[in-house]
Amino acid sequence: MASETSISRSAVVESKPSAVEKQWRWVLPKLKAHNFSEDEIFAVHLAMEEAFINAVRHGNKMDPQKEVKIDYLVDDEKLEISMTDEGRGFDPNVVPDPRCGENLYKAGGRGLLLIRSYMDVVEFNKSGNRVRIVKYRKKSPKKVKS
Amino acid sequence: MEQIRPRIAVEYAPNATIVTFTDEKILEEQDISVLQDSIIAVIESASGGVNLILDFSKVKFLSSAVLGLLIRISKRVYQRNGQLRLCNINPKIYEIFKITRLTKIFDIYPDVKSAGKGLSKPEQP
Repeated sequence: MASETSISRSAVVESKPSAVEKQWRWVLPKLKAHNFSEDEIFAVHLAMEEAFINAVRHGNKMDPQKEVKIDYLVDDEKLEISMTDEGRGFDPNVVPDPRCGENLYKAGGRGLLLIRSYMDVVEFNKSGNRVRIVKYRKKSPKKVKS
Repeated sequence: MEQIRPRIAVEYAPNATIVTFTDEKILEEQDISVLQDSIIAVIESASGGVNLILDFSKVKFLSSAVLGLLIRISKRVYQRNGQLRLCNINPKIYEIFKITRLTKIFDIYPDVKSAGKGLSKPEQP
């Protein structure tokens, strides 16, 4: 359940890689207001970029007629983003590991690895056209009164 | 005057060409495509082979598309018997290289000075 200070939002975004910038401009001040650290903000920014590019390029195949739906939930504990494209979806379990063998020398295929590395939760729906990513905020240790 | 983004600064040292990325963020495909054209033009303009040092001192954020750009640039440099060295990568971005294990295939140095050490003039391709 959302807390009292939670903020939620839904947006429908055009299938254009640069369109994620406007979304990031909305997310950034919310993360700062909820005291996410610089490292956490960097992680969310990277994962959001990579997830959106995947949705636009691999999901919607850059089709300008198609859109990406993005749902946000930010509170004191976490940021949660769900992105749904209008593509056929994919099986994330069969994506080649870009760190292995000849894949290391390939120009692409690192987006999903980075999303998984930087986010605490990465889940796909059954058809693979919707990803849910979550970043939990690390709480600062409470000051103990002497 | 209209500025063309993203921009690079190019400096020619005796045994290497130093390309500095001058934008803090390198993200959009269009920008990356322009960057690729600019850097490949620098490589191709060398009369023989070329050693290339890419300076990331101003870069604070990049996406995986930039890693692809670096792979393509490295192939072009090696075709011309040169060496590619990266330097001044901030810790957050270095972490991206570590996660993707690109630290295995790229030579990464702390700064331009150390990146330039030991480079000899490349042979003609």
